[in-house]
Amino acid sequence: MCLAIPARLTELLDAEQAIVDLGGIRKQVSIALVPEARVGDYVIVHVGHAIGQIDPEEAERTLAMFGELAAAPAALETTP
Amino acid sequence: MKYIDEFRDGDLARKIAERLHDEAQGRSYSFMEFCGGHTHAISRYGITELLPANVRMIHGPGCPVCVLPIGRIDLAIRIALEHGAIVCTYGDTMRVPASDSLSLVRAKARGGDIRMVYSATDALQIARQNPQREVVFFAIGFETTTPPTALAIRTAHRERLSNFSVLCCHVLTPSAITHILESPEVRQYGTVPIDGFVGPAHVSIVIGSAPYEHFAQEYRKPVVIAGFEPLDVMQAVLMLVRQVNEGRHEVENEFTRAVTAEGNLTAQALVAEVFELRPSFEWRGLGEVPYSALKIRPAFASFDAERRFGLGYRPVADNKACECGAILRGVKKPTDCKIFGTVCTPENPVGSCMVSSEGACAAHYSYGRFRDIPVRVEVAA
Amino acid sequence: MTTARKNYQRPLDIRNGRIDMGHGAGGRAAAQLIEELFIAAFDSEGLRQGNDGATFEVPAGHRLVMATDGHVVSPLFFPGGDVGSLSVHGTVNDVAMCGARPLYLAASFIIEEGFPLAELKRIVESMAAASRAAGVPIVTGDTKVVERGKGDGVFISTTGIGVVPHSVDIGGANARPGDAVLLSGTIGEHGVAVLSKRESLDFETTIESDSAALHTLVAAMLAAAPGAVRVLRDPTRGGLATTLNEIARQSGVGMMLDEAAIPVLPQVDAACELLGLDPLYVANEGKLVAVCAPEHAAAVLAAMRAHPLGGRAVRIGIVTEDPHHFVQMETRFGGCRVVDWLSGEQLPRIC
Repeated sequence: MCLAIPARLTELLDAEQAIVDLGGIRKQVSIALVPEARVGDYVIVHVGHAIGQIDPEEAERTLAMFGELAAAPAALETTP
Repeated sequence: MKYIDEFRDGDLARKIAERLHDEAQGRSYSFMEFCGGHTHAISRYGITELLPANVRMIHGPGCPVCVLPIGRIDLAIRIALEHGAIVCTYGDTMRVPASDSLSLVRAKARGGDIRMVYSATDALQIARQNPQREVVFFAIGFETTTPPTALAIRTAHRERLSNFSVLCCHVLTPSAITHILESPEVRQYGTVPIDGFVGPAHVSIVIGSAPYEHFAQEYRKPVVIAGFEPLDVMQAVLMLVRQVNEGRHEVENEFTRAVTAEGNLTAQALVAEVFELRPSFEWRGLGEVPYSALKIRPAFASFDAERRFGLGYRPVADNKACECGAILRGVKKPTDCKIFGTVCTPENPVGSCMVSSEGACAAHYSYGRFRDIPVRVEVAA
Repeated sequence: MTTARKNYQRPLDIRNGRIDMGHGAGGRAAAQLIEELFIAAFDSEGLRQGNDGATFEVPAGHRLVMATDGHVVSPLFFPGGDVGSLSVHGTVNDVAMCGARPLYLAASFIIEEGFPLAELKRIVESMAAASRAAGVPIVTGDTKVVERGKGDGVFISTTGIGVVPHSVDIGGANARPGDAVLLSGTIGEHGVAVLSKRESLDFETTIESDSAALHTLVAAMLAAAPGAVRVLRDPTRGGLATTLNEIARQSGVGMMLDEAAIPVLPQVDAACELLGLDPLYVANEGKLVAVCAPEHAAAVLAAMRAHPLGGRAVRIGIVTEDPHHFVQMETRFGGCRVVDWLSGEQLPRIC
């Protein structure tokens, strides 16, 4: 049951429900499991529930890591 | 789509693939990806082709539909056909083959009121709209899917819904991994030389990275928790190769944008409130696995379908020719199964590995079958 | 005669009336329904004659093409269309996919007792508008009523007749290795639009069905390079993937596609991600796939792009020699995968 998608929280309806936007699609989901989520945050939605949040800084760092390793093979050479 | 498209970039993929080719030298590597979502990503994006030939991915039992034993689906079918309840379940469960050539979709054709839902809350809504009928939510899934079920039960409890119950088949990831590592094949015969694990993405959002420390230390196997997108998977494989090369066996987190060490505490607390451990649970292909599944606590007993309908679990042996068990343990490949692609196809699945698109057999059939057969692709100049 | 009849007959109560068993019985109520609702909307020479069937001439040098389709879409009304307009477009397109010019339509209605007349009128008027816009009149028809509970509101079956010159040979078995595979535009909109109205899925989108009549697009393509187009098919149920697999099997060939070339609207992509669907398998009702001789692909594409329904036409792949008839695809990611037949109904994937 691993299909989960990052979507942007656009509107809080009440303590437990919110509207999220994914590429222009809007859907109501439960945020009962991520009570600290706020408008503008990206939450990870699974079977109609937000189960976690995306940390934007970590996302940037991860993307940079993909690129970094690609760009500098010599510096990261490992010894067997 | 933000946080999705960037992680599917083909140029970055090629670069990571080059690094892998450089660093995976001099030996062969076997890594098990536990999560069905990862299996699907590997197939759908053709990642196998991008990996060096000496790095092999073994598909583990991370597909909750695949590990559901026939006996459990029989229970759901009985509830629908014999007790006349409305049975709600997720999409992939509908076609899993059960006893007497039945499945939920076939039981529906026989008159069972079986409905596909997208979420546990949909099942709750059906219960509210049909106060005269019993409504049962057939709950399957790993730790990612368990909190939504817990939420549904707690909500039903608060609203005093008297016609709603849950047939709970939620299973636990760490126990499954331990069971594979403990299996005779691995420990004694070294048949499945698993060098490391790609840890599940979304399960880890809920449980955190801490629970994997145990395997890394006790079994001296590296674990890299990987995000869901294909770049995440490739990066994780690279990190595993490096750990093996450097003789390390640690838990590393590639999916830092969503996974923390302690995980989602709100979700964990909710699950602990509603569920408790079953001493043992039958997994398809793995037999009885101790402390690997959940059942509903006595405080919420009225929402436990097994108690409510007085159902006794009857284990059913798998089809003799079906190699799902060996495939789920990573001991055999789909093409090792005699009935793969002939008797057992997505239209006529014999075992669960073929039903769910995450299953090793379904994924290989849909995406990778062409690699087994030499195909001459002739393109006019 | 009509005036005299009207003095003794109350007009249909469109606002509040419902279909009852009398409307299908062939008597006065049935005749009134047909005259005030159907004929008033469709208004064709064939229908005005009031016979059991319609007659017409076949132009010399042509073969006849006939196609039929049943329409059971649920819900009946969806963004961008309804079962009525769909039934016109679908059959016009089936005829056009044989390289034929569609001439006439027949429409048969099976209506459930209790179905509101207001909704029926809406559907019929939508059909009439689609038929007029396409220039393909409905010349004969039938109405039956079934008891409540035995029909899903209304089922419409349409049959189309068209003509194709003897010189034109278009069919699913004609694809040859080396041929170009062309697609007329973005995929997945019809399926997503219909799904968005299903209660249990409940998501908001501005996506509309792409339901449209494609016969003038086909005519433009055939005129641009006579003899070049070998196969035409519209990817309806089962989507693009199913259509390509059908052609591959019929022609005894394989295909190699380029994923990056296949256009998908961002919202369709997003909806499919959310639901766990693959756009390749989602239904379209206003798109076509063409297989044509490679040396004429550019001319055919130019003709498509000049037509309002082909603005985003693109070459998506090539036909290959393959005894296994696999449709393969180079993924955007750099790997290669098989695009297989659909297995069972595509259920929204949760895993």
